[in-house]
Amino acid sequence: MMFAASGQNDKDRRIQQLYFVLFGIMTLLLVLPVLIILTTLVVKGGPALSIDFLFTKPTNGMTAGGIFPALLGTIWLVLVALLFSVPLGVAAAIYLSEYAPENVFTRIINLAIINLAGVPSIVHALFGVGAFVIFFRFGTSILAASLTLGIMTLPVVIVATRESLQAVPQAFREACWNMGATRWQTIRRVVLPNAVTGILTGIILEVSRTAGETAPIMFTGAAFFLPFLPQGVLDQTMALSLHLFVVSTQVPDMPEHLPFGVALVLIGIVLIMNSVSIALRMYLRGKKKW
Amino acid sequence: MVNAVTTGADAKVSVRNLEIAYGDATALSGVDLDIRENEIFGVIGPANAGKTSFLKALNRMDMFNPEMKVGGDIHFSGRNTRGLRNVYALRRRIGVVFPLPVGLPMNVYDNVALAPRLGGQRNRAELDVIVERCLRRAALWDEVKDRLDTLGSLLSGGQQQRLTIARALSQQPEVLMLDEFSIAVDPVTTMRIEDVLKQLREEMTIILVTNLVQQARRLADRTAFFLDGRCVEIGVTEDLFTGEVRDQRTRDYVEGRFG
Repeated sequence: MMFAASGQNDKDRRIQQLYFVLFGIMTLLLVLPVLIILTTLVVKGGPALSIDFLFTKPTNGMTAGGIFPALLGTIWLVLVALLFSVPLGVAAAIYLSEYAPENVFTRIINLAIINLAGVPSIVHALFGVGAFVIFFRFGTSILAASLTLGIMTLPVVIVATRESLQAVPQAFREACWNMGATRWQTIRRVVLPNAVTGILTGIILEVSRTAGETAPIMFTGAAFFLPFLPQGVLDQTMALSLHLFVVSTQVPDMPEHLPFGVALVLIGIVLIMNSVSIALRMYLRGKKKW
Repeated sequence: MVNAVTTGADAKVSVRNLEIAYGDATALSGVDLDIRENEIFGVIGPANAGKTSFLKALNRMDMFNPEMKVGGDIHFSGRNTRGLRNVYALRRRIGVVFPLPVGLPMNVYDNVALAPRLGGQRNRAELDVIVERCLRRAALWDEVKDRLDTLGSLLSGGQQQRLTIARALSQQPEVLMLDEFSIAVDPVTTMRIEDVLKQLREEMTIILVTNLVQQARRLADRTAFFLDGRCVEIGVTEDLFTGEVRDQRTRDYVEGRFG
């Protein structure tokens, strides 16, 4: 018998092509804004970039000079936030994934984490003011701002850690328990070594998120303009994200290239962090042990 | 001459009125049996008979699964394991090998050295000795001695199963439990492991769950036949195969008429 496509086959094939094209276009539309933003930033902000721009202070009422205090401030804020949120988040995730019994209490905690992730950043900001600036008397400082950022990004660390812990097959745990290992011995020797890659990528994603936030640091520790660099965690600091807001909207007679330059540096940091995260994941996946 | 009757007193493992349920579903009930020191005790029976649940109860693995409920008493070397506080000490004395081998995601050496390390052994020379001895006894040493640093999970299925056995031996267990160990293993390797088990009998008690009745016949001193969550028959293995049984269903099963 001859091989022949029926009318129904042809119709199926045409519909399949239609969906292929349709979804392809959707995907392109998705990429378009990213491309436009990046191109605009590179074209308009590129000329502002230089070593001097990165490593000198702003001058002439911020209409000239560089962004060094803001760049340094962002690094401060991110590092102190990590110092707080990583140990807390990883410990919480280990508890939730490895120890917590399946009960109402655990479900409430999980719900709280999801809700914490959904709280608007401006609410976090006001919480930070109330809790850290006023109640704990840290004043407007790097410490207060970083703690606010840390609490805000805690769900990112917890969820990333918990997911990478749960990706470790249960059979490994049971094999280890059957040898008489306690839960902690099993976590330390089998579970954590195999989850550490996922935890690391989660932390890097947290960094990029933290670096870009503006609202939570506005009232808690980031300053409009400072003539000096922060000397410790109780000082205020400038920050890239707030600096971008300031030079874009608050200062008259701003040369056009400068805000674009700041935005380019900020998005550059985020993109570099994300690329490191992806590269790390690819490298470590190649070494995956099961 | 082996006889079928054992009293609880001299048994290595003594099970009384064991009941196992998962949620509302009963998996095993009314099991009374004694396993003697240095015997190979076979457990045969079709799927869903409760064989694996039986092993899990011995090792207190009910703690891993909140659904699994165990009733009755299990004495290990005369001590009741129900309500035992330090289950870790119990599990260290029982080696377990499951149907699908689990090569832990670490190298061959570390797989075998894990249990001694958990027990506090830090001395590298001592560990070297233990690792080599266990791998030799699991009939794996010659195949892996030049690549102890490759990942355990990269070995072939049969090698991983022998690695699992080596790991169980590294605990220096008093009881070794094997659950259908030959499922993922080729026939030649199966025979080699069976030879190993015959030698190990000198040093430890072995509980062998198998769905290959001939394997039980080759290895086990005494054999229990489980069916639908009941222990139907316990006897000297050879008797089960020569028809000296109390229950007709045992004869039907070992002769392959069902199951």
